[in-house]
Amino acid sequence: MAHVIIINPRDNVAVTLRDLKKGEKLFLPDGRELSVLSDIPYSHKIALVEIPEGADVIKYGECIGETKAFVHQGDWIHTHNLDIEQKKEQV
Amino acid sequence: METFLGYQRQNGAVGIRNHVAVLPTVACANGVVAAICRAIPEAVPLYHGHGCGRGVEIAMHTRTLVNLGRHPNVAAVLIVGLGCEVIKAEALAVAIAETKKPVEYFNIQELGGTRKSAARGIDIVRRMIDDAARCNRQPFPLERIIMGLECGGSDAFSGITANPSVGLASDWLVDQGGTVILTEDTEMIGTSHILERRACNKEVAKKISRMVADAEKLTHDLLGPLAPYVISPGNMDGGMTSIREKSLGCIVKAGSRPITEVIDYGEIPSKKGVVLMDGPGYDMESMTGVAAAGCQIMIFTTGRGNPIGHPIVPVLKVASTNKMYQHMEDDMDINAGAILEGSPMQDVGDQIIEKVRRVLNGEPTKAEINQQEGIVCLYTLHPAF
Repeated sequence: MAHVIIINPRDNVAVTLRDLKKGEKLFLPDGRELSVLSDIPYSHKIALVEIPEGADVIKYGECIGETKAFVHQGDWIHTHNLDIEQKKEQV
Repeated sequence: METFLGYQRQNGAVGIRNHVAVLPTVACANGVVAAICRAIPEAVPLYHGHGCGRGVEIAMHTRTLVNLGRHPNVAAVLIVGLGCEVIKAEALAVAIAETKKPVEYFNIQELGGTRKSAARGIDIVRRMIDDAARCNRQPFPLERIIMGLECGGSDAFSGITANPSVGLASDWLVDQGGTVILTEDTEMIGTSHILERRACNKEVAKKISRMVADAEKLTHDLLGPLAPYVISPGNMDGGMTSIREKSLGCIVKAGSRPITEVIDYGEIPSKKGVVLMDGPGYDMESMTGVAAAGCQIMIFTTGRGNPIGHPIVPVLKVASTNKMYQHMEDDMDINAGAILEGSPMQDVGDQIIEKVRRVLNGEPTKAEINQQEGIVCLYTLHPAF
């Protein structure tokens, strides 16, 4: 069983398939290694790459919101750092 | 052409169940409906909480109750009225009888109370059930099928496993000439531009745009700055941050074929293919609208585990995770969580299609086995008076 699932190749977040612990190492399906930076509950989102402040968070290949602050690879992404005001429409 | 075995109705519609329904005009008649259905367990009560004390919703509620009575899975209907309510038994009976199916009605106040009304109702329903039993299944093409799509108690996996697998089944049915109905406007918020791209013409695209914009405005009017977070706390705990994120995972249930029509709540579609229904996100009210639209079968995906079915429509439950499927196996028909263990999406899609075929031909869903009929919840927007 995988530990995370990436829904669309364009995504910069993955969905966790179990509770992840701060400090553990993860191997992604493509072989990349990633350090988990905070405890992340089962079924939440983890950043696959560094995402600058104000940049799009992509899931399903579509923008689901913008980061409120710089997000490190391995960070938990949820209401605390994802701005969901959706100023930009992706048409 | 692939076929299923269904029940021919007098107006040409085709049902997959052969229910005799007992429909109260108003909540005050529920007790008599209950007395009739206790005496005859095969009868299906359509309990609801409305029928009076409403202004602008009366037309929508009347249409919904009439269309539930007209539903192809219903062979005959007894309408139980009180007498002084706004939605009248006789008016419902006349409208439902346009389908030429057997319809009878009475008012409790005219018959002299509960016991006399229950006795009359029991006589009528016994006869209706005997008559309905003479209807046999015959083969019909799949293009006669309307499949309702629902998701409830979603988690982050509903949109990753269950909903995309259901999307494969939707594409299969539409390719066979059938119809799927996607609703829950609030769960389309943020994805209007994607749905508009799929509309079969500009008029349908405009209707989609207006419907989703209205849903968004309504959530803003009701919730103010909290509107972007209009997803239940359970969904939020499950890892969904925004409604657009949830919406993307919701609309995938309807597969990828063109959108042919936008209908009102509880309205019967005039087109085949992918139809959007203007309706609320609350599962129970949403299921009522989709059932009234005439869907003979519903697929309901769930992540947290919702066991609810429907009085007249078989509801097929698709679990988003192995964990929940095993935990609530008595209520779940399909385990889409197998995708998380490495099963291809298409395998789960094929399992859903096979289960749909068997349910169309009479195999009960888990919700039917568990008698998870629940009650008819009618959509309301305004306070009662």
